[in-house]
Amino acid sequence: MNQPFYVAPEQLMKDRADYARKGIARGRALVAVQYNDGILVVAENTSNTLRKVSEIYDRIGFAGVGKYNEFDQLRRFGVRNADVRGYQYSRDDVEARSLANEYAQILGQTFTHDVKPYEVEILLAEVGVDQGTDQLFHIMYDGTLMDERGLSVLGGDAESIGERLRSSWKSEDDLSTAVKKCVAALSGPERTLHAGDLEIAVLARNAQRRCFLRFDDVEVEKLLT
Amino acid sequence: MVVPFFNLDNDPGSNFTSLLRKVGLDPFAYGPSSDHHPIQAPHGTTVLAVRYNEGVVMAGDRRATMGSRISNREMEKVVPADRHSGVAISGTAGIAMDMIKIFQLQLEHFEKLDGRPISLEGKANQLSQLVRANLSGAMQGLAVVPIFAGYDLLRGTGRLWDFDITGGRYEEREFVATGSGGGPASTVLKVGFRPGMNVDEAINLACQALWEAADVDSATGGPDVLRSIYPVIATITANGWERREDADLATRFDVLVQQQRSQREGTAS
Repeated sequence: MNQPFYVAPEQLMKDRADYARKGIARGRALVAVQYNDGILVVAENTSNTLRKVSEIYDRIGFAGVGKYNEFDQLRRFGVRNADVRGYQYSRDDVEARSLANEYAQILGQTFTHDVKPYEVEILLAEVGVDQGTDQLFHIMYDGTLMDERGLSVLGGDAESIGERLRSSWKSEDDLSTAVKKCVAALSGPERTLHAGDLEIAVLARNAQRRCFLRFDDVEVEKLLT
Repeated sequence: MVVPFFNLDNDPGSNFTSLLRKVGLDPFAYGPSSDHHPIQAPHGTTVLAVRYNEGVVMAGDRRATMGSRISNREMEKVVPADRHSGVAISGTAGIAMDMIKIFQLQLEHFEKLDGRPISLEGKANQLSQLVRANLSGAMQGLAVVPIFAGYDLLRGTGRLWDFDITGGRYEEREFVATGSGGGPASTVLKVGFRPGMNVDEAINLACQALWEAADVDSATGGPDVLRSIYPVIATITANGWERREDADLATRFDVLVQQQRSQREGTAS
């Protein structure tokens, strides 16, 4: 009779975490920061069509790093969830917190029960009425949910990017300054990133209803100069 | 109700109505009809759309009626569907309002999931499917007949459509009017329409059509000077949807009343 090999649960979890982390580290990173008029997300992304940053609802944005098909599936889940909730209750009843919890459940469940964990990290950002009510939820491949203040870094090399960004970032920066700081943090001292290598979007605090706004290459170029 | 994490074989795609059905919230699920007690519900009346050189004008009165009673004086029957299109409804108000809500969500839902808006033609098609989905409601006397208009960014022109209760969709070249006052409104538009009208001419024509509709149809409300309630009139151009201010409409209706008065005095003398 075939006996499955015994693997200690600690080892199993560690193997899965290593697997997920490796997958994530292969991709390029992204950062999100508060600036004086909302929340800015800057991602390193050479594709003009496969997006890492996108709109979930009026005041909620989504960003993912790692395997595209996996975080895109999570993004679609988020849009559906938000739209059904808004239809059933009201637009005011759609909030990032409950969606972040659902994401944490899905990722956690998959991490412990499925054959393969998600190789993604996702960010759910909600722009509030002022900086005090802005929310940044960072959700890890294993379902760990972090409520971050001011700035968030996702993906490979997050530590050194985070260090660079923390030393320069200020919440009262204007958009163009914040973009430059984020790009500098992402690229590091040895590289230069150009408009074509970047995907930049904001949740603008004072927009009429849909706060999510994506900049095209021309607009990004302007923000960088 | 929980939105599940769909598998590939039962994924509803980018369609919001399909999603609602999947999660058990079918908005058009009616019970069996009852012939003995036809449902009495508020109705909305005259709405219209006219093409002009920069796009389309959409207009609608504000009255909702239930039988011979005025049930609402401030209903907004002409609303933006998204940035470059609008929808106007006549028929059973409650169903129509929900249909508008679903239609707006449908366009936004698709745009978010697919990362680009539906084409104008595609939007009209979506609306026609919603009207068709309400067919069993229509058989119970809860019909909704919309008008759809918008600016086609691909073709660079304003376009408009009317519908029948089966979801039939008809693109019109110049203008369209529907509802209980749709007859007289259509006549005014037909007589007054000129190809290539400018925005002022088109808005004035829309005002006049609503005025004449309210004059003969008791279910259509005219401008209510006492309460400062004016019809909803909006333009849709390459720059998007823009609703006209009440103050602007008040001036236009003042002029219209002056004209009518002087015409009458002219014929009397």
